[in-house]
Amino acid sequence: MIFGAAGNPKLFDPIFNDEGETFRITRQIFDTLIQNKPGTADLEPSLAEKWEPSNDGKTWTFSLKQGVKFSDGTAFDAAAVCFNFDRWYNMKGAAAQSQMIYYADVFSGFAKNESTDYGDPVYKSCEAKDPATAVVNLNKAKGAFPAAFTLPSFSMQSPTALKQYKADEVTQSGDSFTYSEYANKHPVGTGPFKFDSWDQGKGEITLSKNETSPTQTAKLDKLIFKVIPDENARKQALKAGDIQGYDYPAPADYGLLRNEGEQVLVRPPFNVLYLGINQSGPAAEKLKNLKVRQALAYGINREQFVKSKLPEGAETATEFVPKTISGYTDDVTKYPFDQAKARQLLQEAGATDLTLKFYYPTEVTRPYMPNPADVFTSISEDLKAIGIKIEPVAKPWNGGYKDDVQKFGKHDLHLLGWTGDYNDAGNFVGTFFGRKKPEFGFDNPQLFQALAAADASPAGDAHAKAYQEVNKQIMDYLPAIPISYGPPAIVVGPKVKGLVASPLTDERFNTVTVN
Amino acid sequence: MLRFLVRRLLQAIPTLLILSILVFAWLRSLPGGPAAALLGDKATPEKIANLNHVLGLDQPVVIQYFKFLGRAVTGDFGASLVSTQPVMSEIGTFLPATIELGISAMIIAVLIGIPAGYLSARYRGGVADNVIIVLTLIGVAVPVFFLGYMMQDLLAGPLGLPSQGRQTAGLDATAITNFAVLDGIMTSEWDAVWDAIKHLILPAFALATIPLAVITRITRASVLEVLNEDFIRTANSKGLTQPVVRRRHVLRNGLLPVVTTIGLQTGALLGGAVLTERVFNFRGLGFLLAEGIERRDYPRLQALLLFGALVYVLVNMLVDVSYGIIDPRVRVR
Repeated sequence: MIFGAAGNPKLFDPIFNDEGETFRITRQIFDTLIQNKPGTADLEPSLAEKWEPSNDGKTWTFSLKQGVKFSDGTAFDAAAVCFNFDRWYNMKGAAAQSQMIYYADVFSGFAKNESTDYGDPVYKSCEAKDPATAVVNLNKAKGAFPAAFTLPSFSMQSPTALKQYKADEVTQSGDSFTYSEYANKHPVGTGPFKFDSWDQGKGEITLSKNETSPTQTAKLDKLIFKVIPDENARKQALKAGDIQGYDYPAPADYGLLRNEGEQVLVRPPFNVLYLGINQSGPAAEKLKNLKVRQALAYGINREQFVKSKLPEGAETATEFVPKTISGYTDDVTKYPFDQAKARQLLQEAGATDLTLKFYYPTEVTRPYMPNPADVFTSISEDLKAIGIKIEPVAKPWNGGYKDDVQKFGKHDLHLLGWTGDYNDAGNFVGTFFGRKKPEFGFDNPQLFQALAAADASPAGDAHAKAYQEVNKQIMDYLPAIPISYGPPAIVVGPKVKGLVASPLTDERFNTVTVN
Repeated sequence: MLRFLVRRLLQAIPTLLILSILVFAWLRSLPGGPAAALLGDKATPEKIANLNHVLGLDQPVVIQYFKFLGRAVTGDFGASLVSTQPVMSEIGTFLPATIELGISAMIIAVLIGIPAGYLSARYRGGVADNVIIVLTLIGVAVPVFFLGYMMQDLLAGPLGLPSQGRQTAGLDATAITNFAVLDGIMTSEWDAVWDAIKHLILPAFALATIPLAVITRITRASVLEVLNEDFIRTANSKGLTQPVVRRRHVLRNGLLPVVTTIGLQTGALLGGAVLTERVFNFRGLGFLLAEGIERRDYPRLQALLLFGALVYVLVNMLVDVSYGIIDPRVRVR
């Protein structure tokens, strides 16, 4: 099967990577200890048959699948698990550490931090009790677990290959980094496919069936990812039969593609689009007033916007985590569209002459925001209708927008969103509101503490409950306004069977057949 | 000749130096920066600051420039942020595609342009002349990307030609030089040769339109001028046959400005290739550059822009040399 990818992969050592086009490939080559059930964000066993946290959440015991081998023929066992954990923790060099984005996010720090930006390490040690049991000890409980164990960055890699091809040698080269031979040519995992080649000139990554794969033997003998950056060119290639599927079809093409017999698989939403409010921006005094923020929320007709401007499967957001995330609750304060109430709240707050600098990005589409200009127009029309004056500021996404909003906080309102990495509410709300940030410009120690406590609460029901409470608090405090959950799609030809669209874009090709 | 070449080469050095400053200053003035590009969507201001420190991007720009220059003279332009491959090796990988496409386009432009221009001049004012003039006007005016998309939508299907890529995906062809056609010939993989040629046809024609139109017009103008020269009248009055007059006198003298044009158009092809390669997903230097701009791949952009300038300088030198061959008077001067 040949699948059209939207961008180049970066390298194939997933610990140094944080972007989807590479993960699409490494997900076929490697397994993680725990994985997401196909088509959902729920957890299921992968290399670990069982996982058990201690009561204080500081010790994780993994019972490993037996008889598993890496595609280079070496054994996967508890020693290999510990080798991987120790490798990440002991990674040396500022170049290497700065590229371990997810590790730094989840595990905070390293054995020896190369930057003041990293904190106290969460990881302590790993013991291989017996070949089938690995015990990971942490310095403190971490809310991200066990879901974060599903992150492709934390894939289990062959210790032999890592050592042989000097995987840890990341060097700085001018404004950039160069990686080892391992990362470019010899990634070795236990996944259903093994790496064959990466032809840069042709933009083709070729994988072949891994006969030693434990349980997930691929049905395809060969899987090729063909890089075609232009969306229109991907569509043409599918129509011409050059490829059998591609990612990120334009929402406007869904109908057309279906009429031509292609299968457009809409993923369950795993993202959120929000209208940010800056309480330290030009209109700070007014926006610090809760009633004004509530007025904004009541004033926006989100249902109408979702219905008329977003692709099928999109939903109106009532909080900052999508429904598939554990920690979501229906029991939050809601702000249904009510212009009269909005006007009344503005009056009570003495903010009837409000003028707001509304930033929105150009030259970009995101899964949660297919067309930023549309979102801006829709929301600003609603706000004008309740008497707010809008000063629009449009800036290119990488050409000043993100800097102005996230670094300098020059705005009053802005559009932004987030696609989740794993099934943990902290990955959403903790990222947004866990500390003081120029993006939102508020300092609410109570909320910051609640988020930190939820993050440190032991896994399971207590953890979900802690986040439900936090989500309620957030929607009462209203630091921003959640707008929608958007579903990206993936498209495959009529002859392709067995591909399950995943909310986490975690599509696995081992179940796929092409007639 | 050697002294002439050396002098031209030395002249290229300040040109490239000034260009390197311009390119460097331009890239550094853009908001965002390499760190934001490297970190992608989930970059936070703190992560960007940390990475800027690791990369030395928090140092004064002048120091950064001299460091860059120091590495550049040794051929180290760093690694691409998009692919993490050393930029020089990327250029090596992608250059053959651009050369293959550029040569194909130039062959089309010259093979059609010179006869068309000559025809146009010879039958000045006739139907053929008028048709050719209108066509060349359209050729110059239509943007390459628009033409490319039109060709994909209207011609690819009916003609059975691929609309994108350099080779059919998954085709197991041996790569030796990375020139797809040449590799196929060298290994006698004729399916691969035909496959590569089919992939070349539409982008080569799209890329050829502007040089084709320009060459046609210059040839026409130049031939018209020569036809009115005294020496043609003399040649005719000497009783030389028409084919001899045309070949020895009209073409030879008329070709001089055409050669200059071909040279300049060859340099300009790199610019056209950016759009053509992008539209047709033809993975050459133009494709690399377009991707580099989109993804803010600074190391790649720095290297490619300087490489492009170097090619331009070299092509111009070649044009000057070929002048000397066609018209020895230039060399003497």
